[in-house]
Amino acid sequence: MDIKYKKYKIILPIALSFALVALFFVLASQGNMQVFNPKGVIALKERNLLVLATLLMMTVIVPVFGITAYIVWKYRENHFRGDHHPDWDRSSLLAAVLWFIPSVIIAIISVMIWQSTHDLDPYKSLESHAEPITIQVVALNWKWLFIYPEQGIATINFVEFPKHIPVKFELTADAPMNTFIIPQLGGQVYAMAGMKNQLHLMASEAGTFSGFSTEINGKGYSQMRFVAQSVSDKEFADWVDSVKSKKNPLTSDVYNTLAKDSLDNPVSYYSSTEPNLFHNIIMKFMAPVSN
Amino acid sequence: MSILFGKLTLAALPHEWFTIAGSLSLVLGALGVILLLAYFKRWKWLWTQWLTSTDPKKIGIMYIVVASAMLVRGALDAGMIWLQQSLSVGASQGYLSPEHFQQIFTAHGSIMIFFVTMGFLFGIMNYIIPLQIGARDVAFPLLNTLSFWLYVAGAILINTFFIFGGEFAATGWLAMPPLSELAYSPGTGVDYWIWSLQISGLGSLLGGVNLLVTILKMRAPGMTLMKIPMFTWTSLCSMALVVSAFPTLTIALLLLSLDRTFGMHFFTSSFGGNPMMYVNLIWSWGHPEVYILMIPAFGIYSEVVSVFSQKRLFGHTSLVVASIIITLLSMLVWAHHFFTMGAGANVNAFFGIMTGIIAIPTAVQIFNWLATMFRGKIILHSAMYWFLGFVFTFTLGGMAGVLLGIPGVDFALHNSLFLVAHFHTMVIGGALFGIFAGITYWFPKVTGFKLHETLGKYAFWSWVIGFLVSFTPLYILGFMGASRRLDHYDASQIGWQGLFIVAGFGFVIICFGAALQILQIVVSIKQRKENRDSTGDPWNGRTLEWATSSPPPIYNFAIIPEVTTRDAFWEIKSRQSSNSPLNKSIPPQYNDIEMPKNTAMGIYISGFIFLFGFAMIWHIVWLAVLGLVGAVICVIVRSFDEETEYIIPASEVAKMEAGRANYV
Repeated sequence: MDIKYKKYKIILPIALSFALVALFFVLASQGNMQVFNPKGVIALKERNLLVLATLLMMTVIVPVFGITAYIVWKYRENHFRGDHHPDWDRSSLLAAVLWFIPSVIIAIISVMIWQSTHDLDPYKSLESHAEPITIQVVALNWKWLFIYPEQGIATINFVEFPKHIPVKFELTADAPMNTFIIPQLGGQVYAMAGMKNQLHLMASEAGTFSGFSTEINGKGYSQMRFVAQSVSDKEFADWVDSVKSKKNPLTSDVYNTLAKDSLDNPVSYYSSTEPNLFHNIIMKFMAPVSN
Repeated sequence: MSILFGKLTLAALPHEWFTIAGSLSLVLGALGVILLLAYFKRWKWLWTQWLTSTDPKKIGIMYIVVASAMLVRGALDAGMIWLQQSLSVGASQGYLSPEHFQQIFTAHGSIMIFFVTMGFLFGIMNYIIPLQIGARDVAFPLLNTLSFWLYVAGAILINTFFIFGGEFAATGWLAMPPLSELAYSPGTGVDYWIWSLQISGLGSLLGGVNLLVTILKMRAPGMTLMKIPMFTWTSLCSMALVVSAFPTLTIALLLLSLDRTFGMHFFTSSFGGNPMMYVNLIWSWGHPEVYILMIPAFGIYSEVVSVFSQKRLFGHTSLVVASIIITLLSMLVWAHHFFTMGAGANVNAFFGIMTGIIAIPTAVQIFNWLATMFRGKIILHSAMYWFLGFVFTFTLGGMAGVLLGIPGVDFALHNSLFLVAHFHTMVIGGALFGIFAGITYWFPKVTGFKLHETLGKYAFWSWVIGFLVSFTPLYILGFMGASRRLDHYDASQIGWQGLFIVAGFGFVIICFGAALQILQIVVSIKQRKENRDSTGDPWNGRTLEWATSSPPPIYNFAIIPEVTTRDAFWEIKSRQSSNSPLNKSIPPQYNDIEMPKNTAMGIYISGFIFLFGFAMIWHIVWLAVLGLVGAVICVIVRSFDEETEYIIPASEVAKMEAGRANYV
């Protein structure tokens, strides 16, 4: 096989890799990559953590790729110019270095993990001058129910909240396990029946974001999506008033119908809810005899 | 009727196009095999030479044959997943219903892990480990055939719904409750999943016990622990993990089946059940399982790098220590699969840091292989190509793994296609490339002739390029907010469809690579005369498997070699002293060799266990009792059989040895 052809064989995959990386950046610059286009404090921190850890590891990986290519090129048999030491199989110094380098990187990452995990704990309330707003989330087959205990309203597959104000999501499920994520604001925790989970998020600007479940939950899985909207304080207050004026209460009968399996659920609004609805949904699974 | 057939009714029989297509292809395939066997009158040959054999070499080959067949099934599933995801956007619902799509990816995951990767690894281990440690057999020959046939029973059971009806689980490959409980999955799908995994898992556990004892107790004289070849070392680590992790799987599946069959409440949402317990149990098996697949592949790479760099393996002790650390740590990271469950920051941080720490020994292994190549004389054989491809993909996939191991990053990427891309990088770029390297490397040992080299390299390039084209889009899709297992997405998701189509195109390239591999085997068989290796040692090997002929005789070694150093065969070759037992100038003194007899008991026991599993799926009480009692009776009958071994007399050994073309 002539050398020229061989060169192409090596260049081809390298070129392909570069093309893929280029594609990656083209897509990122268009803002399609939600993870790289954060609109909330948590998502921003998560993105920065991702980028920082990637760069840190790249400081080892890129040289390793370079060294690998060099060794293969230099010590290949066909054009052997290097020195052959067939019995050289140990070197305490080299072994120490080989253990040391990844240990240092991982030590740094471990510190990052410890700090960021405490910082990004979904249960931790966010620092803000404003009072947080609580939104209770119930994963149902196959729709999301949002209950606003402070405003006394509820919605299906749509959630609105003011920007710059921390939102405390309380999550449960009246269905199989789900996860709750709004990628541009941050994520994500499980919503599980009989249990209450928490997630604190805050939007740093007004906008419309997509949210969804990433946990398989039956045939309506791909419909477990909702729209999240962050708006100004005034717009939020107006929106709450308009929902309240619709006179469409979420009674326990309505809820029981809602809790049944259903597909293609449109966005809907409820002007009032039963008190303690969220608590009762959790307690359904705690009672000695279930429904 | 229900006494006779349980829940199995005519209505359950295949009636959808995919089950009918599946059952037709299975029935026709079986018919074809039967006709071929009848035509060539090979029934007896098949039964006595292969199916009832206790020879680990033959069992190893049978493992690889079954795993290859299951690979075809798993790849078909992969193609169907890709096609649906490329088509099902906006108004189009694709060509599969959500339930069917979910059954396919569940089957794809279960089959690829349990029946393909595990099958290939057990196959290679069965063949190579006894040879590498200078043994004639494994510790428990009957257990070995039983393990294999339980694996086959599981593989058949996971495909049985094509013929007897019902459905497969639509829950994802780990069937998380409460979704997998009766309340949300009332059909038989999850039961098929439970029992096929339970049965093949039992086979894996028994196989693990067997190989563990084999490595610990049956090594050639002089082979101390630190002189064990690297592949056997990593297999030892892997089997230790099998023995410690698979009981957890057995229990998790058992409790889930009690929930489903007898209405108990271990993992239900209500009545005091706790689904989170299952998630913990299944992952405390599931994460070690990933390393069960990976660690032996590391061993294969160690062998390949050393031999094709024509140099002693660098840092053998380091590699062994690293393997042991990986083995231990792999039991301590399971919770990184569910950082999002709501555990406290301390718990998540602990498991995140443990996950990071695993990267250290893994990196050290890669560095040691680089140091092995350094100052070597590298033969760029296709086995070496697989290794270099592995370094490239596995390092990137490992980086993605460390990222996902950081809880804060996982909160953003959990269950996204980024995760899917990550673990496919590990399983394909890590374990599967290792298996291919191993098959390329050991093929001449098994058959006596080498694989066609050029086709092997073409296959490699197809696989690597196809892999990159297929999975890079998934990493990107993960960043774009695409979660895994979506049967449909909105047209408003700009760029998704294009990336899914690119990924599908990559799948086509991979299939092309697989076709080249099949062609490679066919061409190699056709040209076996040119590629014949009569020395038993085509690569100038270093370990004992190359000290015997290719293919090895039934007893592996006529005279068990004495081991003094790590690269035992290398040492023998370089010594070449006149008193070496492997030197042909002196007529060797042979002794009688005791070998295990063939036995069909493994088939019978597995057959009864299969019936039991099938009966449990369909609640057929009499058949379940029959299956269980039958299996127990078989074990009892076998325990009274005292004539389980036969003697090959020394004269016969001498004749066989003289008949072999060459002897080192």
